[in-house]
Amino acid sequence: MIITEITVSSVEQLKNHIYHLKCYSPALASSIKAGQFLNLKVNDTTFPLLRRPFSISDVIGDEIYLLFNVHGEGTRMLTHKVKGDLLDVLAPLGCGFKTDGDFDTAVLIGGGLGVAPFPLLTKQLQGKGIYTFLGGRSEADIVTYGLKNVFVSTDDGSLGEKGTVVKLFLENLDKFEGKKIKVFACGPTPMLKALQAALLQNNIDGEISTECAMACGFGICQGCPIEDKNNSSKYLLVCKDGPVFNIKDVIL
Amino acid sequence: MNGIDLSVEIAGLKFKNPILLASGTVGYGYEISQFLDLNKIGGIVTKSISLKPRKGNPPQRIVETASGMLNAIGLANVGVEEFLKDKIPFLKQYDTNIICNIAASTIEEYVECVKILTTEDAIHAFEINVSCPNVKEGGLIFGNDPDQVSTITAVVKAVTSKPVFIKLSPNTARIAEFAIRAKENGADAVSAINTLVGTAFNIWTRKPKIHNVTGGLSGPAIKPVALAKVLEISRNCDIPIIGIGGISNYEDVLEFMIAGATAIQLGTINFVQPDAATKIVNGIINYCETMKINKLRSLTASYELN
Repeated sequence: MIITEITVSSVEQLKNHIYHLKCYSPALASSIKAGQFLNLKVNDTTFPLLRRPFSISDVIGDEIYLLFNVHGEGTRMLTHKVKGDLLDVLAPLGCGFKTDGDFDTAVLIGGGLGVAPFPLLTKQLQGKGIYTFLGGRSEADIVTYGLKNVFVSTDDGSLGEKGTVVKLFLENLDKFEGKKIKVFACGPTPMLKALQAALLQNNIDGEISTECAMACGFGICQGCPIEDKNNSSKYLLVCKDGPVFNIKDVIL
Repeated sequence: MNGIDLSVEIAGLKFKNPILLASGTVGYGYEISQFLDLNKIGGIVTKSISLKPRKGNPPQRIVETASGMLNAIGLANVGVEEFLKDKIPFLKQYDTNIICNIAASTIEEYVECVKILTTEDAIHAFEINVSCPNVKEGGLIFGNDPDQVSTITAVVKAVTSKPVFIKLSPNTARIAEFAIRAKENGADAVSAINTLVGTAFNIWTRKPKIHNVTGGLSGPAIKPVALAKVLEISRNCDIPIIGIGGISNYEDVLEFMIAGATAIQLGTINFVQPDAATKIVNGIINYCETMKINKLRSLTASYELN
């Protein structure tokens, strides 16, 4: 965990509101685990005051990629960054996905920009079979960069199957017969909640990357509590104990 | 340091510099110690401790606002027992003052906490939180009532020989009155200010953005208010003031000292720049060199009003 400056290489628009920010940072590129995040200051003034958390989407050589959606002032400012700009980041933060373990097939399930950590995760799952299920409200939410073996659903049916990604996954469960699978998921809380219930019911192991508003990203602000399934007397923190949790460990 | 004396003193307790870390913004020191050498600061004020552990409020606990943030953590803390067993051993390895912040729902709980904690040699002073805006019992109910502040100050002083600082609420008409009552009842200093009560709504759902509905506003947005409160206390009551409220850089520290503060606490800035204290100390040294100030403490209450 360090405070460092990373150098912008490029900002590329992938879709309407979705961008790739590529930054040069050998130190982070060599140490990031999929599912970990960084907390980035978009400028050096007091507005926005707080850093913005982003998961690391991919690593290519000495460059790290962030995938982001413009939904506020901070992310809008990020789209205006140009090559050579320096960004102040705290990283790497949180724990990543556990890519080792007793499974031969990884099933990645993402809702909207929940796919952000998946390109790097796909690389770090080397040697495992990979299936990827993506869901979004419409075609505009679907980004397949860096993914393998992709199945898509949209709420409005504009791309892939009409319906939720959890439904799509459950409809395809027969694909995994005879395989030892583990699910890796990231997306909005309602999606994760539905998925968690389905996985527990079907006795499938899984990890989910959760999100919560946070200020610091490393445990001092106590802003991002999540219910601990094993201990109701205190909360876990999304930033420090997560953001990735086993489905058996948290209550959403 | 070119002979510049940055030290300050409150009730006989010496601080190597006036930079303290504010309660509730650095936990019990462990996480921030990875970014900041705690030996380089005057002191650390712990997250509020209550007699028993508190779980705190459900999410959402925080939301960003213009140059500030609202929080309603709800005094989540490990309680006295775990604090002494697990948190103090880490903190006491540093050469800095440990100020234990106490929160309670009843007057008896304040007394009980301080009675237990005062036996721990590693604790240098107490800061009594009579102004948390985010809990149902205690908190602001105490902080808005001068008689309660008087009573709490007196009963706490009666059970400890360590310095006692009373952390005041800005959510009152006249903060100086509370400082006067604290002093009359033996307080060694006042910490000012705690957060300002605020709220924010989501216009699409018409729901408050934080679960607790209201929260405490902090950050640069509140600095002018905090500074005015410090000045008000300074002009009306002869008691050391520990200034708090949106302090983010060395200029802010100096401004608070000029307005009457003996020491200051860094709060919200720790979330954004966990190493801010180091840069601030360096900035103060440069200022003192430029202004040919030998003793930083000479700056306290050096304002020149028209």
